[in-house]
Amino acid sequence: MKVTFPHMGHMYICLKALFRYLNVDVVVPPMPSKKTMTLGTQHSPEFACLPLKINMGNFIEAYEKGADTIIMAGGVGPCRFGYYAQVQREILEDLGYNMKMVVLEPPQKHISELLIKIKEVTGNSSWFDIIRAIRFAWYKARAVDGVEYIVHRVRPREIEPGSVEEVFKNALIWIDNAENKKELADAVKKAESALHRVPVDNSRTPLRIGIVGEIYVMLEPFVNLEVERNLGRLGVEVERSIYLSEWINDHLFMGLLKMKGSKLARAYAPPYINHFVGGHGQETIGSTILFARESYDGVIQVQPFTCMPEIVAESILPTVSRDHGIPTFCLIVDEHSGDAGVMTRLEAFVDLLARKQPERKLN
Amino acid sequence: MPKIGIPRALMYYYYYPLWKGFFKALGLDVVVSAKTTKAILDKGVRLSVDDACLPVKIFFGHVFDLKDRVDYIFVPRMVSVERKAYICPKFLGLPDMVRYNVPGIPPIIDITVNMNRNESNLYKSLAEVGRIFTKNPLIIKKAFNHGLQEQARFEKLNQIGFMPHEAIEQMDQGLVAQNFSPLQSADMTIAIIGHGYNIYDTHISMNLINKLREMGIRVMTADNLAGTTIEEKADELPKRLFWTLGKRMIGSAFHFMKSDNVDGIIHVASFGCGPDSFTGEIIERHLRRRKNVPLLNLTIDEHTGEAGIITRLEAFVDMIKWRRAAQ
Repeated sequence: MKVTFPHMGHMYICLKALFRYLNVDVVVPPMPSKKTMTLGTQHSPEFACLPLKINMGNFIEAYEKGADTIIMAGGVGPCRFGYYAQVQREILEDLGYNMKMVVLEPPQKHISELLIKIKEVTGNSSWFDIIRAIRFAWYKARAVDGVEYIVHRVRPREIEPGSVEEVFKNALIWIDNAENKKELADAVKKAESALHRVPVDNSRTPLRIGIVGEIYVMLEPFVNLEVERNLGRLGVEVERSIYLSEWINDHLFMGLLKMKGSKLARAYAPPYINHFVGGHGQETIGSTILFARESYDGVIQVQPFTCMPEIVAESILPTVSRDHGIPTFCLIVDEHSGDAGVMTRLEAFVDLLARKQPERKLN
Repeated sequence: MPKIGIPRALMYYYYYPLWKGFFKALGLDVVVSAKTTKAILDKGVRLSVDDACLPVKIFFGHVFDLKDRVDYIFVPRMVSVERKAYICPKFLGLPDMVRYNVPGIPPIIDITVNMNRNESNLYKSLAEVGRIFTKNPLIIKKAFNHGLQEQARFEKLNQIGFMPHEAIEQMDQGLVAQNFSPLQSADMTIAIIGHGYNIYDTHISMNLINKLREMGIRVMTADNLAGTTIEEKADELPKRLFWTLGKRMIGSAFHFMKSDNVDGIIHVASFGCGPDSFTGEIIERHLRRRKNVPLLNLTIDEHTGEAGIITRLEAFVDMIKWRRAAQ
């Protein structure tokens, strides 16, 4: 059995760690690329949202590398993500790809439901090992998020453009290669010190922009056209409303661990959205308000084309923007999005924010 | 008598008799917005975000049409109408979207209808509305029962072959019950799969149903089937679908494609509809594997031209005729 999974940002690092810890053969699909997008778009429903298409591309590319089992998350709606696995299975069946799909549905009653599904893949590993493996994968998620948090801060202040990117790329490799907890701690320490050694100009007071929106587009740099890196290059400090580890805790651990999660953001959504709308619709509104309260200069909402919960949020965002005095900008991506057009719009948005805050200079 | 406005859009095509029966029995004046026109559509398109789907945009237009004529507008938050299934995220956020995007709107009655955990929540939700107008719980209970009766009559009319918008019209004209199907030619039968608010709105669907009837075709939809049939067929999927309307579409499509007297299936989706993109895909793939019933996929949005639709319909019908002749 060779296991594969869809990409979502840096999640491959955690999943790879999890399966390798349990001695399960794992095939990491190639990082999402134009080819992934083309393969995925070709076989997916036209109006499906972009993550489904990229996932499809991941599966096909992983199949070509020899994978035969797919691990996929499920859901109970109303967001379409909960039915991804079902549609993808139908497509793979028609393509004649003989792949087994293990769908991890969010535990309805007890976390053990999730563990049973994991056991289906891991076979004869003991529960003790499985829990240790999950814990190790979790530490990796925390490690990546910790490093990324620093990257967001250093990037707008770097003197040599691209130097942070270089360190970050290496840091991910160090974390990915760590075989045990000690090596992981060393990798994080090494990454942190490397980041602190990047020459920076601390006299800059960069604009601060918060990123909100649909989780997959927020976390997957290929899909959001590297919005974080591009903003960083423009000298903007970027903060994301949710990090990978928070998402894992919220959705896969049922909020078992006490840490910052989407709950806080949801609490701020009323009176704009008074009810859960699926996906991250409420969080988008709530996080925007939180960013406004922390006097960020602007907020960018990212979403895949036709994303239902984000459309609800998008239609209310202008009111929030007016009431809380925070400029917002909506970036919708699909398979036709082009770098240049998005870059122009980002530059224009940043210019507007800079003009609004004359005391803060762009570099 | 306070006037309550009900937009002729979205859930109107599923629950209007219930709402009307309930509000009438409470002693309210029920006002329905005008039938969809180009003007209503244009207004809706202007008020809503670009990315909303066509039916939601039309809903905005209908709210605008009502806003100066009524004291309240009824925009329920239809979260769920059965256990463990939702309508669509846009329905969940509908009152919020309307409130912040239609200027000068009268008070919105936005009770939450959520039967996801417990089906008796319907009474609770409507009772909440009732208490705005009367303090007497007996009147509310009676009004609720009256609404349910009307709804049951409506569903019966649908099952003998009326289309929901026709059944509503007939009931408004005083039809109480009927035990024979309305006259339809039966030379050829085509099933239309799609959301009620798309296929029964004669403007959005460009009068699809009547166009087919004029060609001498009997038209059937999911609303003409019993709920149990739909449920049973939809259960053939390995994982239960969590959208009520999507489930109706899948269930009816599975029923029609196995039925001997359905000659073709037309799937009507609105551009950018989330659930449709999945249900449509599943229906298409299953149909293609069986290869017995032809399928026409129509995607509609505010730019759809009537001529194009007619051409495609005619081509589809001709193709079915040739297919028959060849057999």
